[in-house]
Amino acid sequence: MIRFVLSRLAVLVPTFLGVAFVAFIFIRLLPGDPVELMAGERGTTPERHAELMERFGFDRPWWEQYVTFLGNILQGDLGRSIVTKAPILDEFLTLFPATLELSICAMIFAVALGLPAGVLAATRRGTSLDHGVMAVTLTGYSMPIFWWGLLLIILFSGILQWTPVSGRIDLLYFFEPVTGFMLIDSLLSDQAGAFRSAVSHLILPTIVLGTIPLAVIARQTRSAMLEVLGEDYVRTARAKGLPMRRVIGLHAFRNALIPVVTTIGLQTGVLLAGAILTETIFSWPGVGKWLIDSIFRRDYPAVQGGLLLIASVVMIVNLLVDLTYGLIDPRIRHGR
Amino acid sequence: MAAELTATKPPHPFIEGWHYFKQNKGALAGLVVFASFVLIAALAPVIAPYAPDVQDRAANLVPPAWQAGGSMSHLLGTDAVGRDLLSRIIYGGRWSLFVGLVVILVSMTGGILLGLAAAFARGFVDTLIMRVLDVLLAIPSLLLALVVVAILGPGLFNAMFAVALVYMPHYARLVRGSAMSELQKDYVTASRVAGASTSRMMFVTVLPNCAPPLIVQATLGFSTAVLDMAALGFLGMGAQPPTPEWGTMLADAREFILRAWWVVTFPGLAILISVLAVNLMGDGLRDVLDPKLKRS
Repeated sequence: MIRFVLSRLAVLVPTFLGVAFVAFIFIRLLPGDPVELMAGERGTTPERHAELMERFGFDRPWWEQYVTFLGNILQGDLGRSIVTKAPILDEFLTLFPATLELSICAMIFAVALGLPAGVLAATRRGTSLDHGVMAVTLTGYSMPIFWWGLLLIILFSGILQWTPVSGRIDLLYFFEPVTGFMLIDSLLSDQAGAFRSAVSHLILPTIVLGTIPLAVIARQTRSAMLEVLGEDYVRTARAKGLPMRRVIGLHAFRNALIPVVTTIGLQTGVLLAGAILTETIFSWPGVGKWLIDSIFRRDYPAVQGGLLLIASVVMIVNLLVDLTYGLIDPRIRHGR
Repeated sequence: MAAELTATKPPHPFIEGWHYFKQNKGALAGLVVFASFVLIAALAPVIAPYAPDVQDRAANLVPPAWQAGGSMSHLLGTDAVGRDLLSRIIYGGRWSLFVGLVVILVSMTGGILLGLAAAFARGFVDTLIMRVLDVLLAIPSLLLALVVVAILGPGLFNAMFAVALVYMPHYARLVRGSAMSELQKDYVTASRVAGASTSRMMFVTVLPNCAPPLIVQATLGFSTAVLDMAALGFLGMGAQPPTPEWGTMLADAREFILRAWWVVTFPGLAILISVLAVNLMGDGLRDVLDPKLKRS
């Protein structure tokens, strides 16, 4: 197992260095040099410009700058935002719990509906229920989620007035963040109605962000179940007289779950990219909205840091999925 | 005697493929819908009741014809500056569908070149190309496209380039994989022995045999490209107003969302229907061309 972990880490390191390089050249590919970018519209005198170029090391060869950049990253120094002057890592870490909370809820939503829908469709193959699930999931898969969010706002916030349009919680409530998760913090705060308010703010973004993963998981579960249901051990289980419910639940489902778990893991990247759109629609104060705002404010160090951190999160989750997969299925870790 | 001979002659692969494709009702419906979208977009100046940028200041935010206050002169209503929504969506098809096509062609061409180069060169060049592509694949696609647009500046062509770049690795990996397995086969060796040049081997001998999965990927990739371009337009990074691109129209419509549901609903519906149609077609094509390939 240790060899397996090490081999996966060995693949991850060059990829991380590559992503860091993309983030590194990002700022250097922008029109104008980094000092001009930092100075913004105020501009600098030529002397001050030269002094700053030297102080930040922009006059040294690019590979030397890259090594310095990597060294800074490893010490958790991603530079400061041009707009707020705060360290970028701090800004990211303050906003990340909001994105994480939304992503976790969206994933729970997608798995809770997608798994049963896929199993039902597979066990009732060819019926109108199966066709219905397939039609709905294909529509979900084709959905422009930013439009889907707007539609839900029209229906639930506009016509029915059930849910608020934006934010994480009503302005009436204020409490210091403890965990950063609004659902938990609102419960801890003991303020009446706070939890309810947090939930009502969370529902629509969760549905919007969870839609594509839900469709993918349902379709993947269906095809994995269909494959497993054709296996000999399922026929054996049926032949020895087990009820169908038990065969599906105990024998088929567990084996069908392996490819599904991978699919769920691979949806993390999709989720974080979707979070950029979802957070923009619902003014959700997470890292996705922060990234878009930073691009519009020309806060390029923040964009650079955001790119690196979000890509790292995706890589780490994919690594964890890989490792879990190896843990569940010995064939994977001894296979290569 | 002659009749027997024609009976044993195998049908042209295209005819055979079409025979299977048309048995898939969903795929057929997707093809019909998509073809009509393309036709409508192509004939936009003939079909659309108004030009896409004509403003009727007297008719701001007129609801669709069937709703109270609507009129038959604007079937789907008008937007905030009195432009006919139906006409804008019809013209928008030209942008959104054309853009999807160009993105796919560019990223497929790049992917084919890189994939073939990696498969033929092997060794260091192969490793280098694949490592670089791995890096691009590690970054979520929309994020990477956004960063590229941030470098180049917002705009339709920059956004097209960004999305094409982001999806290039998928084609490159696909081509490399198929090309490597084709390179093992006898007909390639025969061609090499016969003295074919490397470029002839790449594009005439090997590439056509990698085509089936590539066609499937391109079809499914078209829908992703249309979605991503619309998303960039929606975020203000793609086509700029007043271009009637569907995503950009949605961005314009956002502030009227609670007052005028039609300005938000119809452009998005156009995106959804065209993407759905292409996905149905892609599923059908995959079943015909490449039964082994499963969609992730």
